Amino acid sequence: MQKSEGILNRIDWITVLLWLVMMIMGWFNIYAAVYNEQHSSIFDLSQRYGKQLVWIFAALVIAVFVVMADNKLYFFFAWLVYGIFVFLLLLVLVVGKEINGARAWFDFGSFNIQPSEFAKFATGLALASYLNSRRQLTAGFLSMASASAIIMVPAILIALQPDMGSVITYFAFFIVLFREGMSIYFFISAFLAVALFMLSLVLGNVAVAVALTVTAFAAMWLVTGRSLAFKALGVFLAAGTLAFFTGKYIFGMKLDLIILIAVILSGTVYAWYVFRYRLKIGAVIYAFLLGGLLYLFTVNYAFTNILEPHQQTRINILIGLDEDPFGKGYNLNQSLISIGSGGFAGKGYLNGTQTKFKFVPEQSTDFIFCTVGEEWGFLGSFVVTGMFVWLLLRLVMMAERQRSTFVRAYGYGVFSVILMHFFINIGMTIGLMPVIGIPLPFFSYGGSSLWSFTLLLFIFLRLDASRTEYLG
Amino acid sequence: MKDRYANRKYFMMALVILAGVVLVIRLFFIQVIEKTYRTSAENNVLRYVTQYPARGLIYDRKGELIVYNQAAYDLLVIPGRITAFDTARFNEILGITRTEFLARLKVARNYSRYTPSVFMKMISSETYGLLQEELYHFSGFYVQSRTLRKYTSPVAAHLLGYVGEVDDRLIAREKYYRSGDYIGISGIEKSYEAQLRGRKGVNILLVDVHNNIKGSYAGGRYDTTSVPGTNLYSTIDLRLQEYGEMLMKGKTGSIVAIEPSTGEILVLVSSPSYDPSLLVGRLRSGNFSRLQADTVNPLFDRALMASYPPGSTFKIMNGLIGLEEGVIRPSSIFGCSMGYHAGSLTVGCHSHRSPLNLPDAVMISCNAWFCNAFRGILENKSYSSIGNAYDHWRNYLVAFGFGNKLGIDLPNELSGFIPARNYYDRYYGKDRWKALTVISLAIGQGEIGSTPLQMANMAATIANRGYFYIPHVVKKIGEDGSPSGLFTQQYVTGISPENFLPIIEGMEGAVNGGEGATARGAALDSIIICGKTGTAQNPHGKDHSIFVAFAPKDNPAIAIAVYVENAGFGSTFAAPIASLLIEEYLTGKTKRQYLEDRVKNTVIIPDAKE
Repeated sequence: MQKSEGILNRIDWITVLLWLVMMIMGWFNIYAAVYNEQHSSIFDLSQRYGKQLVWIFAALVIAVFVVMADNKLYFFFAWLVYGIFVFLLLLVLVVGKEINGARAWFDFGSFNIQPSEFAKFATGLALASYLNSRRQLTAGFLSMASASAIIMVPAILIALQPDMGSVITYFAFFIVLFREGMSIYFFISAFLAVALFMLSLVLGNVAVAVALTVTAFAAMWLVTGRSLAFKALGVFLAAGTLAFFTGKYIFGMKLDLIILIAVILSGTVYAWYVFRYRLKIGAVIYAFLLGGLLYLFTVNYAFTNILEPHQQTRINILIGLDEDPFGKGYNLNQSLISIGSGGFAGKGYLNGTQTKFKFVPEQSTDFIFCTVGEEWGFLGSFVVTGMFVWLLLRLVMMAERQRSTFVRAYGYGVFSVILMHFFINIGMTIGLMPVIGIPLPFFSYGGSSLWSFTLLLFIFLRLDASRTEYLG
Repeated sequence: MKDRYANRKYFMMALVILAGVVLVIRLFFIQVIEKTYRTSAENNVLRYVTQYPARGLIYDRKGELIVYNQAAYDLLVIPGRITAFDTARFNEILGITRTEFLARLKVARNYSRYTPSVFMKMISSETYGLLQEELYHFSGFYVQSRTLRKYTSPVAAHLLGYVGEVDDRLIAREKYYRSGDYIGISGIEKSYEAQLRGRKGVNILLVDVHNNIKGSYAGGRYDTTSVPGTNLYSTIDLRLQEYGEMLMKGKTGSIVAIEPSTGEILVLVSSPSYDPSLLVGRLRSGNFSRLQADTVNPLFDRALMASYPPGSTFKIMNGLIGLEEGVIRPSSIFGCSMGYHAGSLTVGCHSHRSPLNLPDAVMISCNAWFCNAFRGILENKSYSSIGNAYDHWRNYLVAFGFGNKLGIDLPNELSGFIPARNYYDRYYGKDRWKALTVISLAIGQGEIGSTPLQMANMAATIANRGYFYIPHVVKKIGEDGSPSGLFTQQYVTGISPENFLPIIEGMEGAVNGGEGATARGAALDSIIICGKTGTAQNPHGKDHSIFVAFAPKDNPAIAIAVYVENAGFGSTFAAPIASLLIEEYLTGKTKRQYLEDRVKNTVIIPDAKE
């Protein structure tokens, strides 16, 4: 009794309040989104708004249980919980129920549970536990690779469902690794990789391959001087001509493949130069060129063969390659219309025409922000965005006040996941992000997501409440 | 342990703030600055449903209904809103094939994916009933109601005209019309379009994504109600029109009957005709092309648009002008020896007693007498030249309404043709022509042409002894509106009333007279009909039979012109038809069943290419 009273005093009530307000705002917006004249009571349990109220109450219960539990529980059972969820993610691939093309749900008759939602807190705990257990606090390559593996195991299992939207949110955990010392170059490389991928989609493989090659020669010239750059160019052209004629006329290969082969061919000659003149920097440039080209082919293959057609289209629409406002881009277009027509002050609660007449699909779940945008206007959108920013800054502040690496890392895990959901979800409704079907934390309709976010957040609140204790 | 990376918390904060700022800037842009989304939102939810007013009804002169309306429904589609549905059931309701369905949908889709276009025009109320029940299955489709014309009697097609869709040229010219609107295309429907159409209204409705109507926009504040069209009272006597059309069955020609004291048209028949309900609704375009391809040309309104040489009926005009010009007197006597002879020129005549005075010449229709009279008119010494005299002669005809459009309230009236002086000047050289050059005008042959309407108007003018009102077909607009003021204006011909008397005497004789009377077949026991036969020479085949008449002789109530093409002499068919109609109109029944049967059962196949 004494102990729980103490916890109630030490818990971060500002965060709890933000959480409560967001859930209630979400509930009212769900009511507006699925408003049905035959069931006009917001408590009508046959409707989504009635059900959401039940989920909210359940979330309160979960929150209370999480706070009442001993904080050491989360520390000591982190790996067990992680193991259980990895097992569940494996299990769902076998016995899961397929909804919208993804085998992501356990079917419990009256309701479905999505393990990938709950696996987030487990991943967060395991990751925090691993980072906490490191002997030294420097970010060695090996420890970062292991940490990455903890993130990638559930991510890969979810990719098999396949639910690429959720996979992307798992990448958020790399933000935790950054805070715990992962090299900034990793992120720059990742950014470049994404940029290269986008460029190859926009400009085509050949153009990007040519651009990479030209950049490589320019770098050679700058670093090693003119004569070597010319020699390298000569070797490349010779190899290129050979590759072109054999490749094109004998094997009927495409131009981008010919460039790759030319680079590989010239590499054998190049190896001699490197050996002869001890051209370390030349080797690095060559490695970058070859790596870039190989990456280009890999992602191109991945894009056309691994991504679902609808995901390809969405990416294409986002980067402006595809314009089809009434086809695949329908969701985005209707979403933009509904938010854009809200104006400064909105159309008023329950007066949103686009909302009321269901022009935006999935409006109570992934597109709940449309209701906010249309009925509450820029003011409402600003308030909601502001609340998330406030919550996220609060989480940073809380994470930074921890003595234990475990709690800090876990706190950043919570922060990263919520940040990712917040930015991608609102971003996709206003055309900044591709349409990735992930919910807006605490707002979107649905038990799984509300509970998993509550669990995620309240474990951190509980740990934070006992921040003076030292764990492991 | 020291946290070497503590500074990275600032990066985290910056990341959050950056994310928030990016989102807020973008939100500000699309919500506050960009205005196009508001329009798109309206296009999404607002549906402008046109309320088509019922077209005005048309009654006959006695208040009997001729044209009314029947509800019909257009099925509209917004192709972009269609979701998967049971097309088989849909096609079954509409009675169309799958190919047809796809073709119609393609047309609509090509027009626009997101604005409604007509999928199927004028579906029946039965089909509508079936469709309405299941319409919620067929998202993207909705029904717009409008009205179709219905006719109480299958007559008066040319007079009434028809209604059809406006064409693009008119839409570009007149703001009122929108694509898909209906407009009067001919007849009364065209000339009184402005009165009949009423005013369209619009209901602005809210629709949801499934195209379900959710109520009216802004509580109906921006809706406009439609105003029904104004009813018209025609001058036509529907029973008489039916009777006239029955008599003209199987014959080519026309009947125009006018009430002389008002200029109101009682009967306007053009034969062959068609059932006006053929040109209504979905069947219109098909039937129209069929009628258009018909070799007897039923769409052609002969009463207003066919120009014939007036033949012997024109002798009346020359008699009147001669009297007014003082070149002949009623008692003037001219001889006739089987025609008019002047030098090498001969205008033949039939065998009759000779010589004759004016009334007898009209009764017997003597060519020679009127050649003499016409020569007198043109060789009148009071004028400096033949040309001047001709001008005067022509002016009388123009005053009677010849050579120009009379100005009837129907479209497409033909003006007929009375050559101007320079016509002959051009042909023969200035002042190089004489009375004898144009002598055929004396007996209504030659270059002149007049329409049956103009001939009926001539009969009405004679009945009035010198004046007429512009013939018209609409008596009253609404309950107390009058049509154009021009219709109550008296047009005088410049011929003194007393000069009509000998002509009327001759016309009376032609019908009721003794030996040599040309139209005795038209005589009635109880009523004195005054008439004049005519034969329009037809270079292409058998001559056309013409008869003009009015009755009774005193206080005439009806003036009539009857044309029967290829029927030979005027007395054979035209006169009995006129007589039957006069009897029907004045007594309410016809006693001469045998005559009626003979006329009715005669079929004169037009043999234009003999």
